[in-house]
Amino acid sequence: MTTKKSQIIVVGNGMVGYKFCEKLRNSDTEDRYQVTVFGEEPWPAYDRVHLSSYFTNTDPHKLQMAPRSWYAENKVELRTNELVTLIDKENRVVVNHLGESFPYDYLVLATGSSAFVPPVPGVDKKGVFVYRTMEDLEAILAYGKKVKSAAVLGGGLLGLEAAKAVMDMGLEAHVVELAPRLMPNQLDEQGAALLRSKLESLGIGIHLGKMTKEIQGNGKLTGLAFQDGSFLETEMLVISAGIKPRDELAAKAGLELGKRGGILVNDALQTTDRHIYAIGEAAVHRDKVYGLVAPGYEMASQVVNQLLDKETKPFLGFDMSTKLKLIGVEVGSFGDPFGTSEPSHPISFEDKAKGQYKRINISEDGKRLIGGVLVGDSSSFGMLLQMTQNGMPLPPSPEDLILGGRDGKSNNPMEGLEALPEGAQICSCENVTKGDICQHVEDTASGDLGQIKKCTKAGTGCGGCLPMINDLAKHQLKKMGKTVKNVICEHFPYSRQELFDIVKIKGIKSYNQLLDEFGEGDGCEICKPAVASILASVWNEMILRQDTIQDTNDRFLANIQKGGTYSVVPRIPGGEITPEKLIVIGQVAQEYNLYTKITGGQRIDMFGARVDQLPDIWEKLIAAGFESGHAYGKSLRTVKSCVGSTWCRYGVQDSVSFAIRVEERYRGLRSPHKLKGGVSGCIRECAEAQSKDFGVIATEKGWNIYVGGNGGSKPQHAKLLVNDVDTETCIRYLDRFLMFYIKTAEPLQRTATWLNKLEGGLDYLRDVVVNDCLGIGRELEKEMDFMVTTYSCEWKEVVNNPELRAKFKHFVNAEEEDPNVQFQPIRGQKIPVDWKS
Amino acid sequence: MIDLLEKYPKVVEDEVVFWYKAAPASAFPENGGACVKYKDLQIAVFNFSRKGEWYACQNLCPHRMQMILSRGMIGSSGEEPKVACPFHKKTFSLKTGENLNGDTCAITTYPVKIEDGYVYVGFDSGYS
Ligand code: SRM
Ligand SMILES: Cc1cc2nc3c(=O)[nH]c(=O)nc-3n(C[C@H](O)[C@H](O)[C@H](O)COP(=O)(O)OP(=O)(O)OC[C@H]3O[C@@H](n4cnc5c(N)ncnc54)[C@H](O)[C@@H]3O)c2cc1C
Ligand code: SF4
Ligand code: FES
Repeated sequence: MTTKKSQIIVVGNGMVGYKFCEKLRNSDTEDRYQVTVFGEEPWPAYDRVHLSSYFTNTDPHKLQMAPRSWYAENKVELRTNELVTLIDKENRVVVNHLGESFPYDYLVLATGSSAFVPPVPGVDKKGVFVYRTMEDLEAILAYGKKVKSAAVLGGGLLGLEAAKAVMDMGLEAHVVELAPRLMPNQLDEQGAALLRSKLESLGIGIHLGKMTKEIQGNGKLTGLAFQDGSFLETEMLVISAGIKPRDELAAKAGLELGKRGGILVNDALQTTDRHIYAIGEAAVHRDKVYGLVAPGYEMASQVVNQLLDKETKPFLGFDMSTKLKLIGVEVGSFGDPFGTSEPSHPISFEDKAKGQYKRINISEDGKRLIGGVLVGDSSSFGMLLQMTQNGMPLPPSPEDLILGGRDGKSNNPMEGLEALPEGAQICSCENVTKGDICQHVEDTASGDLGQIKKCTKAGTGCGGCLPMINDLAKHQLKKMGKTVKNVICEHFPYSRQELFDIVKIKGIKSYNQLLDEFGEGDGCEICKPAVASILASVWNEMILRQDTIQDTNDRFLANIQKGGTYSVVPRIPGGEITPEKLIVIGQVAQEYNLYTKITGGQRIDMFGARVDQLPDIWEKLIAAGFESGHAYGKSLRTVKSCVGSTWCRYGVQDSVSFAIRVEERYRGLRSPHKLKGGVSGCIRECAEAQSKDFGVIATEKGWNIYVGGNGGSKPQHAKLLVNDVDTETCIRYLDRFLMFYIKTAEPLQRTATWLNKLEGGLDYLRDVVVNDCLGIGRELEKEMDFMVTTYSCEWKEVVNNPELRAKFKHFVNAEEEDPNVQFQPIRGQKIPVDWKS
Repeated sequence: MIDLLEKYPKVVEDEVVFWYKAAPASAFPENGGACVKYKDLQIAVFNFSRKGEWYACQNLCPHRMQMILSRGMIGSSGEEPKVACPFHKKTFSLKTGENLNGDTCAITTYPVKIEDGYVYVGFDSGYS
């Protein structure tokens, strides 16, 4: 028996139209419907949310929601490049622009919206664009190549994204906003003011309270004239002033529209014709158009449920919480950011130095969070949003939510996760709950993020919930009694610390042996360098004996640069160097035509050496008394020093001599990540020792030791381990500290992160290093002594070993150099030609 | 730069018409690679001694158009043999050339054989 299938037609193949098809196909297991989807654009639906990434990668396939083959495989007829121009409600037929008609049983309008263009004289000038489709971006990219400046009309979420995009194109960027503040729908005054100063410091010009009177220019744009008489010169304008639902088709068919446009729908998402639904940005529900994907997806789900006679609930609106996707400027706005929807009181906090503003609105009875604003640091966005949406109980002093960690303890995100109800929505784009994610983790007994994304779809939309999903997966595993073990990769079911012990106790000296006896598969780019580092930290053998398990910099004992050449960094301990040695560096750089630069680590870097030139260059440097600076290794880099008591009128100890001693002691020491040190001759701290993995600062009585500092992207000051120790004690404590770190840290974990995660923190570390509570002090020192006495300069060995030297060439079958290495001049030196981005 | 990419057309083993004798097998490090020059092509050849297999692919990494893959680390992901680019660790299947950890475009792989201790790389008529 065959029953005739019902026909569904979807008009609009945007994000929501596509999602409708996907959800229908996943649930229509009895194959009740035949589906046809019309899209006016030439390509299948793409991810408009990440449209801006098109600027950095103009491959249209990258943004696709699903390839064309998906539609075929899932029996969805896809008609791209076809505009539906007419709906005949009475006969239930739609007509496309070619005049062909198609009958339907149910019609779903997902026509989205277009950019709203305010009726300002001059909007039709050359150089004026909107920001909505891939074609728009292509046009912007092409025009942007010819001009130097661009303004964006609209200081909302989208406008700021557009501004960042034009800035990244290398244009002088301006934002023009009618309201007196940025992101007026999401931010309060104080938050918006901070955002403004952050954007200004990025070099974006911000013009608030500006009503544009005219877009001026003779054919092509020259600038904007404002109502207040002022003028902004610009060669290009991107309009991002809001959206206008595409309701023209519905209007022509006589469907009722909202007061300010949009296709009117009821709580069941039906239009005024029972056979026609409207979803996504085209729909207006209870006077509201939702300009975000998540509500559109939710609408799609609900229509699918109705069509399949599944349990349905009315669509009752949607949370509009958002995070801004600008790199470098974190902004979040959740729930009711202004606290005006019900009586409430705000708690806010601003740290001007750190550039952070946080505000939360607490219900009148002090029991619930109703919304808030975050600028500068939105790391707590996920948790605060959850608390708001689920009406979770507040801690005794709610201000802790935004101040956090004042007592030095970081607030633990895991505790909050426990309190979340099962039904809490974690991924709002795909409507995935805590229960769904935990269930998946429980079923698979794995916290693999890729699998979670694939099976539950959580985190596949805007991606904002990924950190939370990760925490949740770990939390669930822990609850299941599985220790969340940091195995290093699929090839070794061990943590780094366990592998370290195995290598040491079993006396394993090669990667292959370790893989054969304790691993599986063939290894990879994660476990190979990690094991290489362990082997070097335990046995201190010449690393090139196993050159193919080393990261490229270690394999060629030099840092790889753009274009495939390398840099050469000889050690200059403590930054002290004789004129004779300086001259040698100059001569070598001149002979090989190397670009030279003083590094941030008090030494000299020579760039642009071909792989085959490295041994010759090092031969000359070694002859002049230099040795490897290990700039390429996860090992000791430099021990920075100030000039100290030998010259400086304030110095209380000889910091240069001590820095040289320390640098020479730990040179070549392989560790989980790179190590940097510093020695300052007095409290003025000119060597910045407190920003190093280990820092020593001179006092009248000896030295203060600081540990666990670093610069980099998350700078952190080192913490005081011990005061006023004498020189020999200082060295002993440093030995213990470094060896303890080397033995227990995870791969690529610097001392700062290691210390942050070390259970018991600084107090425990002090107990181990200073009070020797584990009784391993002597052993750690002995291990360090072994490293110090077995040190040898790797480059010296290469230079003197013809077999190793032979490894330094580009072609295995020709004595030529790589013809693709090309340079261009800059300020009297050379640099590589830029690579394609 | 795009023309650089187009220089590395796919070679199917059955259609190989020319085997280029590249270098002695002993010149290639164990579980690692080296770069072979053939006319104006650069081919990365890998001695996957752990598996007793040999692989070859274009030396050009399509991510930033760098002639570098021969200096990459090899390994496996599940059953798939792969190479990781030294620059940004994009990984490519040594069998299919597909980018395994992202959506960079695929690379071209070439057939390899060992005869009398020599490594041969296979090219089709277009390049013989
Ligand atoms: C050359 C130099 C920049 C310069 O021209 O001044 C430099 C260059 C590189 N740095 Fe650096 N860093 C240099 C000083 C610094 C400093 C300043 C300092 O040491 O006082 C810092 C901040 C301090 C710190 O490390 O805490 C610094 C923080 C980083 C980081 C971030 C580390 C972190 O923990 O967050 C990286 C990335 C990494 O190591 O993973 C990095 C990585 C790199 C690499 C190795 C990136 C790479 O893999 O290609 C760069 C290549 C070096 C080369 O080709 O020789 N570089 N780098 C400096 C070399 C110093 C030296 O003589 O050895
Ligand atoms: C740059 C940018 C950044 C964004 N960032 C975010 C974000 O971070 N978070 C978020 O939630 N949202 C964001 N959005 C909004 C989000 O993209 C939209 O909410 C979402 O795309 C709406 O989906 P839709 O399917 O309703 O409409 P659309 O994606 O606009 O799709 C409608 C489609 O229907 C077609 N169409 C219209 N009429 C017809 C017709 N008669 N016949 C045939 N086809 C027709 C259109 O050509 C279009 O392809 C962003 C939007 C932009 C432009
Ligand atoms: S800051 Fe970045 S760009 Fe500059 S040297 Fe360090 S790693 Fe390279
Ligand atoms: S150049 Fe190969 S990964 Fe970037």
